Amino acid sequence: MYDVTYHRAGSVQEALDLLESADDGKFLAGGQTLIPAMKTRLAAPSDLVDLRHIAELQTISVAGKTVTIGAGTTHAKVAANSEIGSVCPALSHLAALIGDPQVRHMGTIGGSLANNDPAADYPAAMLALAATIVTSKREIAARDFFIGLFETALDEDELITAIRFEAPEKAGYGKFPNPASRYAMTGVFVVQDGETVRAAVTGAGDDGVFLCSELESALSADFSAAALDGITVPADSLMTDIHASADYRASLIVAMARRAVTMAIG
Amino acid sequence: MTDVTMTVNGKTVSGTVEGRTLLVQFLRDSLGLTGTHVGCETSQCGACTIHMDGQSVKSCSMLAVQADGASITTIEGLSDGGELHPVQAAFREHHGLQCGFCTPGMIMAATDMIRRHPEGLDENTVREELEGNICRCTGYHNIVKAIMAASEAVNTASSRAA
Ligand SMILES: Cc1cc2nc3c(=O)[nH]c(=O)nc-3n(C[C@H](O)[C@H](O)[C@H](O)COP(=O)(O)OP(=O)(O)OC[C@H]3O[C@@H](n4cnc5c(N)ncnc54)[C@H](O)[C@@H]3O)c2cc1C
Ligand code: FES
Ligand code: FES
Repeated sequence: MYDVTYHRAGSVQEALDLLESADDGKFLAGGQTLIPAMKTRLAAPSDLVDLRHIAELQTISVAGKTVTIGAGTTHAKVAANSEIGSVCPALSHLAALIGDPQVRHMGTIGGSLANNDPAADYPAAMLALAATIVTSKREIAARDFFIGLFETALDEDELITAIRFEAPEKAGYGKFPNPASRYAMTGVFVVQDGETVRAAVTGAGDDGVFLCSELESALSADFSAAALDGITVPADSLMTDIHASADYRASLIVAMARRAVTMAIG
Repeated sequence: MTDVTMTVNGKTVSGTVEGRTLLVQFLRDSLGLTGTHVGCETSQCGACTIHMDGQSVKSCSMLAVQADGASITTIEGLSDGGELHPVQAAFREHHGLQCGFCTPGMIMAATDMIRRHPEGLDENTVREELEGNICRCTGYHNIVKAIMAASEAVNTASSRAA
């Protein structure tokens, strides 16, 4: 790792000021992506601004159906929070499937979203829940936030402070983890709320997370696992890598959607 | 260079580190606590697992400066003297190690796992919770057995104390 200058911020404003005065600074949240990337010199920031001690980023609130989660909330805290568990158990389930316990004790929802790894779990939930990403500058709808592989709508000097969504009537998540890394080889998050059905897919698209219209139209007609029988998803814009071909991922999408719907129906 | 101060195994320690010094390097090289191992470069093997403020974390995936002010427990601090900690004793009893390289990390992950599951542990949960710890020798079978036995021992001891 190249050397780096560390700063610890006590507030969002202080974090923004510290980043602005740095040469080539980066925010540091749980460090579960950034520190490994610095160790292999894939990232080499001059300065790190540690967000882990900012109390205002750590809050979780559930008011009626409105769920707000501070960007600094760890995966372990999301998984264990009983209020989130009672209004949107699919999100608790998703958080509990990320990596391993040690990673979940450090890694945060804000870090995961800012990183937008094409095989990360949270982006699928945010897109399917039509969540709002709240930043130091503005509010961004999830569908405008995820731009491509490791790319988001965030400016260099923009900090995610929270995410917010309305808990739907039903939601579920099906994940086929890569047996080695535990990232999603394919993950599908489904939501049903009144007439609205959304199904977001992670781990499979060659341009990152996406809403899958084939799943959505089948499930809009009938929100049941049986409605997915015989449905095929085109493999054209899916990823092929050493782990799986695009065709295999296309069939995983339908299989994981079935699991997600089964969970949503309960 | 930055000065850091933290509590390690109950004692206050200070040192001067580079920004890039990993916590595991500080523990091993500056403090001589070589029980914490480094088994990979990819944050996946868990040999470096320690507790920070009571939770298991990978000390290879954080900077020493991130732990400034924190309370750290390493394998050396798990038992307070002559007797082995119940999780250590269970690993010995159930032959939960062969070469022993992964063992400190396994034991630190296991103690954290047992703390988070006061209701007890079944085999499936233990295997899922060991996701972040890799062993090249044992095939995990006896590690799982040791952790389930230790969980029972710890829970029985704490219900007797209550
Ligand atoms: C072994 C292992 C297994 C994993 N498995 C999974 C998995 O199964 N599924 C999964 O989804 N992820 C997985 N991860 C990744 C993990 O979830 C990370 O925690 C997450 O991707 C990054 O979050 P972080 O808080 O650690 O961010 P950091 O590593 O600290 O930061 C990541 C990036 O986000 C930026 N950033 C952080 N916080 C903010 C903010 N509030 N505003 C703006 N920018 C910010 C940083 O500058 C940096 O560029 C795994 C990681 C490891 C090491
Ligand atoms: S050395 Fe830390 S995970 Fe392998
Ligand atoms: S006992 Fe050898 S690596 Fe686990």
